[in-house]
Amino acid sequence: MKLTQEEQDMLDGKFGKAAMKSMEILTTLGEIFDAEYMVEVHGVQIAGVSYDNLGEAGLDFLSEMAEDGKVRVLTTLNPAGMDRENWQVLGIDEEFAKNQNRAIDAFAKMGIITTCSCTPYLIGNAPHYGQHIAWAESSAVCYSNSVIGARTNREGGPSALAAALTGKTPKYGYHLDENRHGQILFKINAPVKGTDEFGVLGKIIGDKLVKLGKKIPYITGIPSATVEELKSFCASVATYGGTALFHMEEITPEYNKYPKPSKIVFEINQDDLDITRAELTDEDLEIDFVSIGCPHASIHEIAKITSLLKGKTVKKEFWITTARPTKKIADEAGYSKIIEEAGAKFAADTCCVVAPIKERFKGIMVDSAKACYYGRAKNKFKVKIGSIEKCVEEATK
Amino acid sequence: MKLEGRKIYKGTAEAEAIVTKDAISFYGGVDPDTGKVVEVGHELEGQSITGKVLVFPTGKGSTVGSYTMYRMKKNNTAPVAIVNKQIDTIVAVGCIISEIPCVDKIDINNIHTGQNVIVNGSEGIVEVK
Repeated sequence: MKLTQEEQDMLDGKFGKAAMKSMEILTTLGEIFDAEYMVEVHGVQIAGVSYDNLGEAGLDFLSEMAEDGKVRVLTTLNPAGMDRENWQVLGIDEEFAKNQNRAIDAFAKMGIITTCSCTPYLIGNAPHYGQHIAWAESSAVCYSNSVIGARTNREGGPSALAAALTGKTPKYGYHLDENRHGQILFKINAPVKGTDEFGVLGKIIGDKLVKLGKKIPYITGIPSATVEELKSFCASVATYGGTALFHMEEITPEYNKYPKPSKIVFEINQDDLDITRAELTDEDLEIDFVSIGCPHASIHEIAKITSLLKGKTVKKEFWITTARPTKKIADEAGYSKIIEEAGAKFAADTCCVVAPIKERFKGIMVDSAKACYYGRAKNKFKVKIGSIEKCVEEATK
Repeated sequence: MKLEGRKIYKGTAEAEAIVTKDAISFYGGVDPDTGKVVEVGHELEGQSITGKVLVFPTGKGSTVGSYTMYRMKKNNTAPVAIVNKQIDTIVAVGCIISEIPCVDKIDINNIHTGQNVIVNGSEGIVEVK
């Protein structure tokens, strides 16, 4: 790779140990993927925050990097394994809480903003069109590349941290125009509405991409989509298809920048939506847990939940997972009071995917296809997908 | 026999080779406390990779695997060097943060379990004795 003087100095250790280790990671990845240069990044999102995933090994590494590492660009964090204020109410044990805070403290020491959210783009880490960034968190990667038109590869925890501590990332993959072309055309021949249905669509497309060995879908036939629907779609297509970028006609900013694929065309009809929706609901289901906010709920979604919950009583464990800044807006708007008085719980900073809740519940109902995947695989729950309205109905039944 | 590949992480190490045709997931697939492969059905299941030159086609699984390799290094259960057919990002990052010499782009069919192997990660050369 061709390095600038400053990049070479980092590699030679002139900017300290953490910057040197970071530049070693970045130049090695650059050489593996044939990058010629580094590119400056405008923001970083770091994954691998939950102690449940990190373990003592990851924590050791973070502590070592925090000895002299300082971020050079705006850097935010993925969800942690618990709500940092409300963890006791959510049934998290003290030992876990202690270890989780050690990890967050190490990130804070490096100058990382400890937002603990998978939706950085909703709370101030918001790149604009065409900017280079280095994000981990597959759903946010997909959102930033596709919906915003920023540019990032799917980073892992250490490579995102390395980008934060140097302000650089090797220029390969999705940073280059030639790797952002749509590869397969999906024609949607049925109405798609709501976060749950966009998640169902994401699974259909994701599964198909895996079978075809393709990565970038070009989607037509969606007349409109909200931010919340798109974030649900991103989470799902990234979970099931490993997708980091899609184009959606008339909706995403790069849809007409590259040629529309025409060789491989795949049609999705009402039947496909119905079949896949059924796949996302297990048989012999006993629901004792409802969770909304995968990815983290927006203030708009919280407003909706508030109006649905008004005057009702929650009869099951019901979590609303969101970013703490969003929770604060909900507090000021009076939403939190109504939601908590009804018996639902806020779980800020965390979510039903990364919290240490394996086998704690029998069945979970969610509006997210991604949460179905991890509910089954990681937490061994039975799952059911439904709209936000149906989720609230289930929780109050 | 000298095999030329690509340098991934610097340093030199000499040890007995342990070779597999299966990909390795360090997260969940290897026990960082014992250094043994624990993935059910893996060719190396139950065998220790500690102190060996570990030869395998490529990595797989969660990115947390890089941290597992780091943990193994701290526990003194890590392999002394790694040789891959095609490196993936998890193992590459794991070698860098754990400072384990590593070379890829090697035809691993030329290396057999039990042979003495020198890995020169700085030059990208693997010597089979």
